Amino acid sequence: MSGTAFLEAVIDGILTGGVYALMAAGLTLIFGVMDIINIAQGIMVILGAYLSLWLSVDVGIGLLPGLLITVPLMFCLGVAIEFCFMRRLRDQDRAQMSILVTYAVAIVIEGILTAIVGDNYQQLSGSYVNSSVHVFGFYLADIYLIGFGLAVALLAGLYYMLYRTKFGRAVRASLQNRTAADLIGIDVNRVRTISVGVGVAVTAVGGMVFGATNSFNPGTGYDLISRLLAIVILGGIGSIAGAMGAAVFILVINDVVAAWWSPTWAPIVYFAALVLVLSFRPQGLFGRAAVRAQ
Amino acid sequence: MTAAEPDQPQGTQVSFDENQPSIAGGGDAPAGQHRPQARRSPIQLGAWGVIVLIFLGFPLVITDPATNSIAFFALVFMVAAAAWNMFSGYTGYLALGHAVFFGSGGYALALLCAHLNVGGGWPSFALLPLCGIVAALIAIPVGLVALRTRRHTFVVVTIAIFFIFQLVAYNVGFTGGTSGLFLPLPPFAGANNKPFYYVALVILLLTIAVSWLVRRSRFGLQLLSIRDDEDRALGLGVKTRRLKLSAFVLSAFFVGMVGGLYFDFIGQVFPNTAFDPLFDLSIALMAFFGGLGTLVGPLLGALVLESLQQYLTLSFSSNGTYLIAYGVLFLLVILIMPRGVVPAVTDLVKRRRLKAIVPRPDAEQQLAGVAG
Repeated sequence: MSGTAFLEAVIDGILTGGVYALMAAGLTLIFGVMDIINIAQGIMVILGAYLSLWLSVDVGIGLLPGLLITVPLMFCLGVAIEFCFMRRLRDQDRAQMSILVTYAVAIVIEGILTAIVGDNYQQLSGSYVNSSVHVFGFYLADIYLIGFGLAVALLAGLYYMLYRTKFGRAVRASLQNRTAADLIGIDVNRVRTISVGVGVAVTAVGGMVFGATNSFNPGTGYDLISRLLAIVILGGIGSIAGAMGAAVFILVINDVVAAWWSPTWAPIVYFAALVLVLSFRPQGLFGRAAVRAQ
Repeated sequence: MTAAEPDQPQGTQVSFDENQPSIAGGGDAPAGQHRPQARRSPIQLGAWGVIVLIFLGFPLVITDPATNSIAFFALVFMVAAAAWNMFSGYTGYLALGHAVFFGSGGYALALLCAHLNVGGGWPSFALLPLCGIVAALIAIPVGLVALRTRRHTFVVVTIAIFFIFQLVAYNVGFTGGTSGLFLPLPPFAGANNKPFYYVALVILLLTIAVSWLVRRSRFGLQLLSIRDDEDRALGLGVKTRRLKLSAFVLSAFFVGMVGGLYFDFIGQVFPNTAFDPLFDLSIALMAFFGGLGTLVGPLLGALVLESLQQYLTLSFSSNGTYLIAYGVLFLLVILIMPRGVVPAVTDLVKRRRLKAIVPRPDAEQQLAGVAG
């Protein structure tokens, strides 16, 4: 394997890793605030991709302007799911029940999508999807750069929101200790609802970029959620910085193995890496022993 | 079970086989106190008998092959859900990777039949215990790795291991890759699937029996203590690691056995049907629907949900419909009866009975009897 091919795989991995980091950040934010793993995150990304598809094909709104519509829509979906289902789980078996409830939500969304669009694979198209720029001897597809740029901007925004605003402080407080946050006058339920909304809203952006760079059908959500879970767990569950690091780490491994060995074996390598890492560090690569204490 | 912990015949560890005589012989007070299920009234036993008779007679009364195959699938999933419940329901560890054992059972049977030149039908049924053993052997390393983690992480590790198996099945030579493997055709005339039905019923009765024995045994109590508070159980001397692993392997055995039968019926094994993420979820949903950790719950859940799914798939051409119906039904049950149907109904009956009893003068004694 030549040096350039290796470098190209690494760059590809970093660019796609940024987008995965964004989707995983939503997942880990929901976990951090709610103590819930949102299995539906994968299918929500696909839903976001379909929303972009319908807007661009049937309504004629481009992929990027379409985000102004799809992001608020997905935010509302997140709020609705939190209000209807997540809020009603009892504390004692929350961990298990939440996984099943969100899995059931995923099945319903998958069923609705299958009923509407069927099983056919589709891909988003746009003027910037098929063009590319030539930098330092590498051809980089525009859509990867746009996706990476969007992901970095949104992650920065998320970070700013969590660590520099009053609302962010409320989020972190309710994440650390629900009762204490309640006592100092934070409306924990509102904070949780909005956090889940934000965590789901980022899937609209992730879905747009994913749909433009991969072909997808309603079943793709399973493949996606398994990758996102691997990223979140590897990064130390509940830590956004960990999710970012792990996303880039996993996608670079994935692309290097794909280029060097074979694309079919690439996912095995990182699932195996995940299992191996967790056997020695159950708290994840970047997580601390008590991962919820940031 | 006993094979997994041969070096522990005495001390705190008592495997359920050895414990059995004391339970069978004992209507003694402590046993009754700790095991609410220990006392069975003649009415309950009679009800069980009637249900078994209905299952035995079903294919004789209703001879339509399509209905019979739905009944067969329902039995398969009842076994899978009950076996899954033996690990996940009792220990509280949510395993979403049992399709690994289901698919391994199918592949094991296909490979065994091909290499040993075994024909379809009864000769292949004789190999089913071997399929279970293969699945159990696979479960040992899987369990050793996965059970190092807990809670969410455990769930994710089982999912990751599941995907590893699926990818391996796609990519290695002996599984036939995407084109899969074929099983020998059964010699039964026409669309006769009664033999499959009865073999599934035998496996089901076996699974129920083992599940019931585990629930009543000391082994079962120790598993429940892991569910309630693992650290405290560990502190009290429960050997949690090997117990969890034993339950995991035991549940894999039954899932593998019934997996072999399922793919024998289908006739071929593909990576995407053998290692199907929906299977992982389905059996968990079935167990939750009926009531996690109870004996009857997973059976009821599997019977209702699998029949419903098969019916909906047959009735509507689009498979989106059954996904929606499935998901919505489950969400409704979670919202209305968060612990599942069986515990909710049992509670209701208990409360009714208490109400009827309370006004009487000897209320306190009876109350203690019912609550105990």
